[in-house]
Amino acid sequence: MTDLSNNSSSTTNTDMLEDTVWTQEIAFIDSVPRWIAMSFVAFVFIGTWWVVTAFGFVSPIILPTPAETLKDMIFVGKNLASGGYMLTALWITILEVIYGFALAIAIGFTLGVLVGETAFGEKAVMPYLVAIDTMPKVAFAPLFVAWLGFGIESKVALAAFIATFPIVVGTAAGLHAADENARMLFKTMGASRMQTLIKMKLPTGLPQIFTGLKIGAVGVMAGAITGEFLGGGKGFGELIRVAASQLNTPRVFSLILYLSLVGLALYLLVQFAQRKVVFWHKERVGSYDG
Amino acid sequence: MNTELAETQTGAPFGAPVYELSRVSKTYARNLVVALEGVDLTLRKGSFTSVIGSSGCGKSTLLKIMAGLIPPSQGRVVLQGEPVTGPRRDIGMMFQQATLFPWKTAVENIVLPIEIRDGKAAAKAALEKAHELLDIVGLKGFENVYPNELSGGMAQRASICRMLITEPAVLLLDEPFSALDELSRDMMNMELQRICREQEATAFLVTHSIQEAVILSDEIVVMKPRPGRVAEVVKVDLPRPRTLEMMTTPEFGEIVEYIRGQLDKGEDM
Ligand SMILES: Nc1ncnc2c1ncn2[C@@H]1O[C@H](COP(=O)(O)OP(=O)(O)OP(=O)(O)O)[C@@H](O)[C@H]1O
Ligand SMILES: [Mg+2]
Repeated sequence: MTDLSNNSSSTTNTDMLEDTVWTQEIAFIDSVPRWIAMSFVAFVFIGTWWVVTAFGFVSPIILPTPAETLKDMIFVGKNLASGGYMLTALWITILEVIYGFALAIAIGFTLGVLVGETAFGEKAVMPYLVAIDTMPKVAFAPLFVAWLGFGIESKVALAAFIATFPIVVGTAAGLHAADENARMLFKTMGASRMQTLIKMKLPTGLPQIFTGLKIGAVGVMAGAITGEFLGGGKGFGELIRVAASQLNTPRVFSLILYLSLVGLALYLLVQFAQRKVVFWHKERVGSYDG
Repeated sequence: MNTELAETQTGAPFGAPVYELSRVSKTYARNLVVALEGVDLTLRKGSFTSVIGSSGCGKSTLLKIMAGLIPPSQGRVVLQGEPVTGPRRDIGMMFQQATLFPWKTAVENIVLPIEIRDGKAAAKAALEKAHELLDIVGLKGFENVYPNELSGGMAQRASICRMLITEPAVLLLDEPFSALDELSRDMMNMELQRICREQEATAFLVTHSIQEAVILSDEIVVMKPRPGRVAEVVKVDLPRPRTLEMMTTPEFGEIVEYIRGQLDKGEDM
């Protein structure tokens, strides 16, 4: 650096002052691409897993080796791809998730608007919602089975039940997000309550609403599988339960991995919708509060 | 004061009273703060009036009452012969923040008041006018840009357009440019003056800057706090149109000094 500036000053023949270029210190992790960092964690995780299982620290019934798990994943993958019984089971679970999520959105959004927009909702309905929300909702599963039977309905109900609350909370919070200036502006324009809600409060609250949807998307998956564990049926959760009862741990592992792909897909779908709809909102990477 | 100037003043005498406030008082029920007490005020057509006073003396409260956003506790507010009992179409308002909605482009934001009042079709018909307004305030080419790509000053210009699109008879301005730097603020003030003259609008401006008040106004209302009341109405007899150069004249300095003297000393402006 010193040499360079000396050179330039000698060529231009002026007594130029030396540049004060300096390098900013960057933390090492900031210079590493995300995928490398993630691969590193996966490598450590699988490596530990392999050491623990391959050297017989843990019984294979409790924890299969990574290789066994991979082998079983390929088997399950083939069954799914060829439209075997596993695909039928997976499809049932996917349907439960879709119906459950749709129901949760419809109910959650309606309740959210009721609670967030009306004084009655906030005063009289919200306390009950908070009370129910603090209950362990999974405990309602046997009730849903008793009411709706062992079919898909009881799972849809539990899935929707769990996913509804975050959507209510997100919607209600979103409707409160508009600031005083925006409210006053709408007042000066003579906007009706409905216009204020639709043209200002709802769009302003979309980021929070989507945050609720994302949390709901995670919950709906948990609800559907819990429903299947506790209420039988023919879904993917039942396959897991059976495999676990046969001590077929590699199968349990690979089924869970495939199932998590479904959950991830739903989450990414909501995130994609959020990016399209709330295009003006800069989202922080990888956080819930989008 | 400035009697000579008053005689040489160019502009036509102001028209009929537009706004008439008498005995307006406001006590906030929540905390029993007496924000305003016995305010009498008359704004004439085409005039420019500024309100100045220390923080908390009730300027914003006065503006909100005039705009029909909150009711007075006592007194009477009449605009163009009709009592103000709620938001009205002939009132245009502007606040310290531009408050453009990020999901709408600049023009869409500007025609929003029309969309709210007359529906989507009318808003569409007003697009052409919105383009003209944007051109006037120097935002040509930014019609279809979203607000988060506009600077603070540009956003405030766009919000001027939104206020003007309904052709209001009176403009109520609550420190509209106080978030801007001094240079753009001076520019915006001159712009505001031109717009008011062109549209023959009556303007009422809340400001913390004595200079800004003097350069723009025909009358300056000096308010005192606790309870908020009008201490004095100072006439500014500088010729129109005003220019930024006038800020260096002795007459200008004289009025500024006078008003500074009227305001509570030691109180932070
Ligand atoms: N919504 C409200 N509820 C209760 N009190 C209020 C409310 N708004 C204002 N006040 C009180 O009324 C008084 C006047 O407030 P106002 O906002 O009108 O002052 P201001 O002159 O605009 O001040 P500033 O220059 O800081 O904007 C203050 O004492 C304030 O605390
Ligand atoms: Mg104020």
